[in-house]
Amino acid sequence: MPIKILMPALSPTMETGNLTKWNVKVGDAVKSGMVLAEIETDKATMEVEAVDEGTVAKLVVAEGAADVPVNAVIAILAEEGEDVEAAAAAAEGAAPAEAKAEAPKAEEKAKSEEPKAEAPKPETAKPEAPKPDAPKAEGAKAAEGERIFASPLARRIAKEKGLDLKSIKGSGPKGRIILRDVEAAEAAPKPAPSAQPAPAAAPAGKPAGAGDETTLKLFDPDSYELIPHDGMRKTIARRLTESKQTVPHFYVTVDVEIDALLALRKDINDAAPTADGKPAYKVSVNDMVIKAYALALKAVPDAHVSWTDGGMLKHKHADVGVAVSIPGGLITPIVRKADEKSLSAISNEVKDLAKRAKDRKLKPDEYQGGTTSVSNLGMFGVKDFAAVINPPHATILAVGAGEQRAVVKDGQLAVATVMSVTLSTDHRAVDGALGAELLKAFKGFIEKPMSMLV
Amino acid sequence: MSQYDILIIGSGPGGYVAAIRAAQLGLKVGVVERAYVGGICPNWGCIPAKALLRSSEIFHYIEHAADYGLKAEKPGADVAAIVKRSRGIAQQMSQGVGFLLKKNKVDLIWGEASITAPGKVKVKAVDGAPKGWLPAGDFEAKHIIVATGARPRVLPGLEPDKKLVWTYFESMVPEALPKRLLVVGSGAIGIEFASFYRALGSEVTVVEVMSQVMPVEDHEIADLARKRFEKAGMKILLEAKVASLKKGANEVTATVELKDGSKQQITADRVISAVGVVGNVENLGLEALGVKIERGTIVTDGLGRTNVPGIYAIGDVAGPPMLAHKAEHEGTLCVEAIAGHHVHPMDKLQIPGCTYCHPQVASVGLTEKKAKDAGFELKIGRFPFIGNGKAVALGEPDGLVKTIFDAKTGRLLGAHLIGAEVTEMIQGFVVAMQLETTEEELMHTVFPHPTVSETMHESVLAAYGRAIHI
Repeated sequence: MPIKILMPALSPTMETGNLTKWNVKVGDAVKSGMVLAEIETDKATMEVEAVDEGTVAKLVVAEGAADVPVNAVIAILAEEGEDVEAAAAAAEGAAPAEAKAEAPKAEEKAKSEEPKAEAPKPETAKPEAPKPDAPKAEGAKAAEGERIFASPLARRIAKEKGLDLKSIKGSGPKGRIILRDVEAAEAAPKPAPSAQPAPAAAPAGKPAGAGDETTLKLFDPDSYELIPHDGMRKTIARRLTESKQTVPHFYVTVDVEIDALLALRKDINDAAPTADGKPAYKVSVNDMVIKAYALALKAVPDAHVSWTDGGMLKHKHADVGVAVSIPGGLITPIVRKADEKSLSAISNEVKDLAKRAKDRKLKPDEYQGGTTSVSNLGMFGVKDFAAVINPPHATILAVGAGEQRAVVKDGQLAVATVMSVTLSTDHRAVDGALGAELLKAFKGFIEKPMSMLV
Repeated sequence: MSQYDILIIGSGPGGYVAAIRAAQLGLKVGVVERAYVGGICPNWGCIPAKALLRSSEIFHYIEHAADYGLKAEKPGADVAAIVKRSRGIAQQMSQGVGFLLKKNKVDLIWGEASITAPGKVKVKAVDGAPKGWLPAGDFEAKHIIVATGARPRVLPGLEPDKKLVWTYFESMVPEALPKRLLVVGSGAIGIEFASFYRALGSEVTVVEVMSQVMPVEDHEIADLARKRFEKAGMKILLEAKVASLKKGANEVTATVELKDGSKQQITADRVISAVGVVGNVENLGLEALGVKIERGTIVTDGLGRTNVPGIYAIGDVAGPPMLAHKAEHEGTLCVEAIAGHHVHPMDKLQIPGCTYCHPQVASVGLTEKKAKDAGFELKIGRFPFIGNGKAVALGEPDGLVKTIFDAKTGRLLGAHLIGAEVTEMIQGFVVAMQLETTEEELMHTVFPHPTVSETMHESVLAAYGRAIHI
């Protein structure tokens, strides 16, 4: 029996994924644990490992296919001793995909030009069983068993221009996509096919404001370059638009002195044991901010909440998201139970998460969820800023740079290292006074840092 | 006072189809007509002309009966009987239109209409009301569609006089066959009458100001057509124009300015002026209402809407191509848009044209020249009828199907046909274009054998170097 490889659900909420890369080709022997393909979700790229052994009989979904639904057949394995072509043919019932569409055409072309030449066999498909017209539906949609109604010309041009028919609205009879729709889609460039947001999230994803056409009209066509959005950019746009539009933000700012914290940090780091000449940890100010913030949330549990229409979620563990800037966007990996972790543990965990975030290798459960977030722009010299809440969080702490400022102490001018932090709160869940109370607790931990250690 | 949802001025192919469509959509609709129920097409255009051409075609076959192994002694043409048949068919078609309108409960109003204000139409009484039509009066309608059609263009010096210088009206009902006929203009109307009269034995000279006959057609097809016309005995002068006409008692001498600047005198018994048609935009009150008119036709948005809300125009009066099927479709779109349907203006490139000369010519889409001018890189297929068994068996081996594809996308840009029955075949390509097929689907379409339509398939194959029978 041929084995069907299905699109895996990489997270509980994942509905579709983009097949970015095949690591195997037809005819390759597959061993359990071998990496078959790379799948991109909205935030991460993950590897699909083989569970069964066999020989790759057919890659059903072409490399680069976008929005392949979870549980769609993406490849067929022939079991040991099974004929590869037979396996592929037996699995033919599986919906045809884009990769296949090329095959009959190639064959036909060969026929027309040189009747006797053997048709080239695209390695992704099997020309012997051509269904000349049927397999024209592009991958994802066909795998879902749905049919996109589009004229042959519209299909061909969309394919040539790299436009995703699914993203094009048809204006022909009963919504059939016709030439003018494809031309319109091309004229007002839409996101590349691989950059489709997950369908479930799509309805909220439409940013308000001027349409693309209106925007593009303002600029000379030669005067810009249009970069298609990737999944991350679209997710950022969608989630933060949603946040600012639905979450009533409220801001509280406080200055904290960090001289004591800096001194403690130095002591801690100086005391780090070394292995191979490298210290076992190097705690940053931000690591200490995470810890202080987590402890503050524990101290002010009424501020450690999430709004739901049904009731207030009061969180028991301080799972602190740490905004990490990565090329092309940002991601917020989560330090779970930060309140319970030591500074060195937090520090090493953040370093690891940040590195893997930059490689886009985070697992969904490493960046989904969380009860609050910290965003730090201090390293850029930013004095103070306000961050956008990442729902379902009710708070986010924006951290500025620590800098020497003139302060008045006991009626005397003095110099202190001061850091401004701004707490954004979801006013539905955390009122102003409560936010202020949370910041007061935070200030307490930062200015008396030893309290974090006990 | 009547209150209509839609009142249509003119019962031609645009008007009556719009009226029936409106009735289907449950709208209250009236049609005003002043002269011919069904308009020019069934009365003085397409249909009676086809009746005449059928007579001349059969005459042609009888003359060539021996080619088919048949004996026919001295065939003759009875012009009066030919015309009688044609008029009978015209009458039948016209009555048919009246019947269809009544069946659909469309109010029929006889008279000459003018729009006095948006929503208000005054109909003046004129003679000749058919039975059952409402008399003149004042009417009100939410939407007024002008579908008044067109009439023959009159060139200075070439004014028709009903006796010596004819328009299509007189050409349709000759009392006798003119021995010598001068046809000015080689568009569809001119060349069809030229073919008809030539087939029956008139000496026919065609004067065309452009560099090819049937100027809207693909040059290659037009060249083939010209050769066939000349072979049939027609004299054709291209890039020539009639400078003056001198009328005698029962003949006309035309001074024709030729391409090289020289002048030629042509004496003919009758002259047919077929130099185009112009929209009937006058006396409708349009100027007073500020309806925009350009080049003798009403400017619309493609769904019949003029610049004045509530006033629409369709068909010939709304601009070229001035063809019955364009008017019908425009009327349908206009009414559906009024009814709130989501419709798109038609793509004028997908309006086919048919000319019933001998051989027939039919086309849709861009000519080779226009496609090149538009910047397309072309793949062109040609398939001659000589390679088609059915055409040869019919005794019609002269013909060509030319298909033009966009080399980049496989889009069918144009199809141009000449030969027997091509007016019945072009529709295949029109459907293909409307459905936006590429060469691939056309290649995968099974064409029945034995039919002349196989030449269409072969032409597509030929465009990609795959024709079988050539």
